[in-house]
Amino acid sequence: MLRTLILRVENRPGALARITGLFSARGINIESLTVARTEDPTLSHMTIVVDLDDVALEKLVKLLDRLVDVVTVTVVDTREAVERELLLLKVRQEPGQKLELLKEAELFRARVVDVAPHSYVLEVTGDEDKLEAFIRVFEKYGILEVVRSGKVALARG
Amino acid sequence: MKRMKGTEIFVECLRREGVEVIFGHPGGAILPIYDRLYDAEIRHILMRHEQAAAHAADGYARASGRVGVAMATSGPGATNLVTGIASAFMDSVPMVVFTGQVPSTLIGTDAFQEADVVGITRPCTKHNYLVLRTEDLARTIREAFYLARTGRPGPVLVDLPKDIQLSECEFEYPEQVHLRGYRPVLDGDREAIRRAAVAILEAERPVIYAGGGVIASDGAEELRRLAEIGRIPVATTLMGLGGFPTEHPLSLGMLGMHGSWYANTAISRCDLLIALGVRFDDRVTGKLSEFAPTARKIHVDIDPAEINKNVRVDIPIVGDVRRVLSVLNAEMEGLVSTHGTAAWVRKRQQWLAQIAEWKRTYPFRYEYDERVIKPQWVIEEIARITQGEAILTTDVGQHQMWAAQYYRFKHPRTWITSGGLGAMGFGLPAAIGAWFARRDRPVIAICGDGSFQMTMQELAVVAEHRIPVKVVILNNFFLGMVRQWQQIFYNGRYAASDLRVSPDYAKIAEAYGLRGHTVRRPEELVGLLEQTLLASEPVILDVQVAAEENVYPMVPPGAAITEMILGPLETTAVADSKESIA
Ligand SMILES: Cc1ncc(C[n+]2csc(CCOP(=O)(O)OP(=O)(O)O)c2C)c(N)n1
Ligand SMILES: [Mg+2]
Repeated sequence: MLRTLILRVENRPGALARITGLFSARGINIESLTVARTEDPTLSHMTIVVDLDDVALEKLVKLLDRLVDVVTVTVVDTREAVERELLLLKVRQEPGQKLELLKEAELFRARVVDVAPHSYVLEVTGDEDKLEAFIRVFEKYGILEVVRSGKVALARG
Repeated sequence: MKRMKGTEIFVECLRREGVEVIFGHPGGAILPIYDRLYDAEIRHILMRHEQAAAHAADGYARASGRVGVAMATSGPGATNLVTGIASAFMDSVPMVVFTGQVPSTLIGTDAFQEADVVGITRPCTKHNYLVLRTEDLARTIREAFYLARTGRPGPVLVDLPKDIQLSECEFEYPEQVHLRGYRPVLDGDREAIRRAAVAILEAERPVIYAGGGVIASDGAEELRRLAEIGRIPVATTLMGLGGFPTEHPLSLGMLGMHGSWYANTAISRCDLLIALGVRFDDRVTGKLSEFAPTARKIHVDIDPAEINKNVRVDIPIVGDVRRVLSVLNAEMEGLVSTHGTAAWVRKRQQWLAQIAEWKRTYPFRYEYDERVIKPQWVIEEIARITQGEAILTTDVGQHQMWAAQYYRFKHPRTWITSGGLGAMGFGLPAAIGAWFARRDRPVIAICGDGSFQMTMQELAVVAEHRIPVKVVILNNFFLGMVRQWQQIFYNGRYAASDLRVSPDYAKIAEAYGLRGHTVRRPEELVGLLEQTLLASEPVILDVQVAAEENVYPMVPPGAAITEMILGPLETTAVADSKESIA
């Protein structure tokens, strides 16, 4: 089951390696990972998505918490957190389909961020479900490339 | 504030930490610090290999309860330290390790003797640092010592580029440590402790399973009180030896793979397991599903990550073992007095009688032989002569297990062994470190012939400082523990475990200017041990023992701890008593 972890981490060299080392040493795959500075420049915010059961997750959280560089670690589910991901999609653009394509992009509040003779790059943000739906809708035009930022999450309230 | 060079800051910070001795080996990238140490008060002991420097710091730390310090140069010096660091990490030993590094401007250029030491040691340190500004040096050293000794202790490494050692900055000693991501919990939850006390009161057949956390927290006295108030038998792990006196009537000795039959049997039959400062290691538990299968479980440990790691427990208590036990003991005293001491004694009578019977059924036993020295006998004699007052260090293998089984432990911090990592070559350097910590006790290194050859160059250190350690090599001309496994699990095919071609260890001692003796016949042993063990001189004893003796009992890997392979003497006795238990 996919689980989302939110970490607040010292913004120092080696902190990320120490954290990812815990995963790799146990053969746990990281589904997605984002790191960036927060309102406090000495702290990084990290969102990690993993596929683990409850027991394995509990152990992992304790190990993360044990690291000196990890200030806080929480497991969140979709109800407790706002989750967003940014997706860029390069799609084939055939002459007769332009209007329809743009209309469908509009439905997702996607923006065109690059226009080339035979392709567009669309940018869209949203949660997992929305991004999946977005990809499905554009499949029919011919997807050339998709890149996702990985999820960022922030606890509600 | 005063302007100081990095090297001066280094020495000043160590002085403030109360460091008396550093075990190390120099090289280009750490020379500025060595130059400063040349006329500093802190002693430096030149070990002959960096692995030994780390093991010596480990031995020093465990014997004293203080932080051990090891030091080496960049690149090969630092990589040589890794085994010692990993061993200290597995055994939660407080240690600070300093390594020189190429100048910060050269880092990442594959410079001469450059190695990514913080990268290499990240998984085997509690924390590590690469210092990139001299301004950060004092704070980093302060944090390193603080991290090493607090919470669950462990090794912390500080990597020091050469230019950082040489530059100057304003020096201000950081009195306080601020680490917002590090808050060890020392005091256990009161409510959980109360529940634990009630569980002990209700239990018919409780057993204490005590480990290294008892020693690390200086909790042996509180453990003894708990055992006596609650009338609870105590089994210790390899790391917990010395935490409870072997000769105490409530002692079950060591449990686990080579533990006593009665300890493992008691664990399997108990209805309450009180786990103190332990981590349910596979060498202890055997097959997990059959480890204390019917027992409720209390687990006290300072590291929350140990709770429910291998075994789900009913009453988890996160905290320092000694502190938790002192509260628990007060609670227990209250309960016992309400309950009435007589009723309490009656309640435990049956269980303790049962255990006494098990202890008689199958004590640790071996067949004495007049023609050849039995290794177990050597340990028994050492225990008799030293009266359990010595500090024992060991290498890894059969001799280590015999020492654990046959020595009569009296005091915490007198048993120093590489438990978790099991690093051969640990014994001699650890003994050197232990002697610098405790000059008031005899220090004896129980070595294997195979292990000794991994760090025997440290005899030079023994000779240089006339360190009165006694090295007892239980020489079976084999990598004995490997040979034992090959005999039992690989049809006696002794692949690469034969050490028949070995040096003459007495002559090696002589070559270093030390006294060495070879002992082959049983009738020579006792006299020689009596003459040498308590002498004020270093001695190396090559005790040639029965070559194909095995360590029993033995739980095959992966089996339940009751499925012990028993020695040739015991098979029938135990089979009989098993029926009577069933
Ligand atoms: C550094 C290292 N290498 C290999 C091993 C695997 N090993 C465990 S015990 C042992 C044999 C040790 O032989 P010796 O020191 O003679 O002790 P004995 O078992 O004969 O008492 C070996 C090779 C180890 N524990 N450590
Ligand atoms: Mg041997």
